[in-house]
Amino acid sequence: MKKFASLCAAALLLAALALSGCHGRREQAAFAVPESFDTSRNYEVVFWAKNDTNKTQTDIYKQAIEDFQKLYPNITVTMRLYTNYGDIYNDVITNISTGTTPNVCITYPDHIATYLTGDNVVVPLDDLFADERYGLGGSELLYEGPTQEEIVPQFLDECRLGGAYYAIPYMRSTEACYINEDFVEALGYEMPDVLTWDFIWEVSEAAAATKGADGVYSLNGQKVLIPFLYKSTDNMMIQMLRQKGAGYSTQTGDIQLFNDTTTELLKGIAAHTANGAFSTFKISGYPANFLNAGQCVFAVDSTAGSTWMGSDAPLMDIAADEVVSFDTAVRMVPQFDPENPQMISQGPSICVFNKQDPQEVLASWLFAQYLLTDDVQIAYSETEGYVPVTTRAQQNPDYQDYLSRAGEDNTTHYQVKMDAVQLLLDHMDDTFVTAVFNGSASLRDAAGQLIEDVTKSVRRSQTVDDAYIQALYTDTQSLYHLDAASPSGGKADLGPLPGTAVALLAGLVVAWILIFAYVAWQAVRRRRAEKAQKARWQGKKG
Amino acid sequence: MKKILSVLMALGMACSLAACAGGASSSEAVSEAPSSSEAATQEEAVPAEQDAPQLDAVASGEVMNYDQYMAAELDTQVTIQAYVQAKQAWYADQATATVYLQDQDGGYFAYDMACSEEDYAKLTEGTCIRVTGFKSEWSGEVEIMDGTFEFVEDADTFVSMPLDVTELLGTDELIYSQNQRVAFKGLTVEPSTVEGSDEEHAFLYNWDGSGEDGDDLYFNASYNGQTYTFTVESYLCDNTTDVYNAVKNLEIGQTIDMEGFLYWYEGVNPHITSVTVTG
Repeated sequence: MKKFASLCAAALLLAALALSGCHGRREQAAFAVPESFDTSRNYEVVFWAKNDTNKTQTDIYKQAIEDFQKLYPNITVTMRLYTNYGDIYNDVITNISTGTTPNVCITYPDHIATYLTGDNVVVPLDDLFADERYGLGGSELLYEGPTQEEIVPQFLDECRLGGAYYAIPYMRSTEACYINEDFVEALGYEMPDVLTWDFIWEVSEAAAATKGADGVYSLNGQKVLIPFLYKSTDNMMIQMLRQKGAGYSTQTGDIQLFNDTTTELLKGIAAHTANGAFSTFKISGYPANFLNAGQCVFAVDSTAGSTWMGSDAPLMDIAADEVVSFDTAVRMVPQFDPENPQMISQGPSICVFNKQDPQEVLASWLFAQYLLTDDVQIAYSETEGYVPVTTRAQQNPDYQDYLSRAGEDNTTHYQVKMDAVQLLLDHMDDTFVTAVFNGSASLRDAAGQLIEDVTKSVRRSQTVDDAYIQALYTDTQSLYHLDAASPSGGKADLGPLPGTAVALLAGLVVAWILIFAYVAWQAVRRRRAEKAQKARWQGKKG
Repeated sequence: MKKILSVLMALGMACSLAACAGGASSSEAVSEAPSSSEAATQEEAVPAEQDAPQLDAVASGEVMNYDQYMAAELDTQVTIQAYVQAKQAWYADQATATVYLQDQDGGYFAYDMACSEEDYAKLTEGTCIRVTGFKSEWSGEVEIMDGTFEFVEDADTFVSMPLDVTELLGTDELIYSQNQRVAFKGLTVEPSTVEGSDEEHAFLYNWDGSGEDGDDLYFNASYNGQTYTFTVESYLCDNTTDVYNAVKNLEIGQTIDMEGFLYWYEGVNPHITSVTVTG
């Protein structure tokens, strides 16, 4: 019996070890801030950065690295460039499983929420923030970094996930509506200070109605006109729902996207699409190209894309002979309640990945924090319609000088870009972010996909009615895995168990039945043997 | 008995481990493309002839020929039958593929076509497939979007010969060869510059020089005094390919012949797949 018990224990131990090994990656210890930074050693910090296919941004990163390495000659920063956040996200996920994440990474909080599903993968920054020597504004820093109070609170809050800071903001932007003002006036409208959805749909419908029998729009004299073109339809849906006070998700991750207000909004979008008033980037192309070619009235894109917008834009993707001349107005995204405008806050943040060596993590943190210094913040923000994330940089005389020179040239001080920047600076209190949780990135994709699918279906002469939208909800939930159990513990029907799982479970049940039967049989045998022994002893005594 | 139980326990554990390591992740999307029961016939490519085999399905009206496809309105459903000429990418997230196709009359670009990873492996050059999707236009590129496909069993294979469109550069006629395998001959490599610098480069990483090795390559080449921009699209030809490295070794002033596919983005934007220095 002892042998059997030992066998069972050994098997259980082996199983436990094997099962824990199933998840592959070796667990990392939680990071603790070292007492001091060991400058006698050399460190390599791998930095995955994102740029907007913008050479100046690349140069600023390189300059920042060069300047940082002069201050910390024992730290070598190696940069890998990406041009979209999705690729960074995919590569980080891949490298988490192999324990080869970068040290520092530009990313979105939505993505960090997924990285956090691994233990101690991303460093919580609270202790680093507060460290007197190496923290924000720390005494041992070899550069003048911002204090925690000097980071714009709304932007910093966006980096707080589940009670801890897992990132620092790097740049912030919002969406803006870039408008061909000449077209609006030609249609008999006056440009309001705040665009409403009613206004934008009405003018867009009026523009679409100028299409003649020959297929030419009298508004622009061309055969192509998309009155209202939206770049990021995920933002479009998120902002519409927020402005309407309708559900999107709870803070804990319960999905609320598929609601009556969403249905109402989708039906409205379908109707305007049917009249030729609306399309999207994914369906038609970049809003800037249509706007600059005189083929669009309202183009919504990030303020970080403002250098592409308008007749005199410094960046242009269409041939010079296709560009038409017009006055470009910049406004907030359309609102349902102009008295209480709401717009999304977006932009890159920086996270630090955990490593076995706390000194390496500290070196990474020193570099991450360096990206918040005034020189980097001001230089990078000037490349596009970004806003520095520190009040320190925003109030820096150099930055104030930059703002005061709006319109002086069509490069650094390009008027449309400066208008977009000022829009965000004036409305920082009107910005919001969505809740971040594991799965929030998928929810965001799903929100945009609803608009994309409805728009495509209308263009393809398919009927968009209640039945269509309900089917769309079901398909979208399934495609983006939003129908599984919610992070807050909601239950969902996961369907019947696969046959192999049933067979496996049955096998385990049979094994345990046999084990118990064996134990019982052994007990009976032992009792019988004891009885027989006793009888023999009694016989001998007798 | 102990031995039997030990074996049972070990078997149970082995099954558990196997289940742990299991097959495809539940987060992977499933291809909507009908799965082919057998791989397409891998025969020799049709050599030195532009004419593709006649397709019965086209002749019978089940699918559109190239002229019918081009005449179809945008955003309408189309079905074409053509031969894979190049694979640009397979996207794991959505289980979709983007491929260049061609028949005897013209080229097609199937963007984000539902395709399992297994089927993507079978989409070898010359394979005949039937694609149903929606004709769309994105920034000037006419393509089949949201398509599904099936392999055409027992079909011959066809690899197109490049159509020399050098003389059509800069003309309105060039667009009629959109998405076809084309050739440009006798062009001269011209300098590219980065904004804010006078330094001349034979090529740039990304259109403005903001990229690095592995990103798209952009380079300029002239013909008859006019300069045109060409791209090595990194999804189609990554930095391990001959063409990528050939472009990295280009020198300003060299004479080159090129082959590629006539992609469109706000104007002609050839995706180059081969570069030969001739002088």
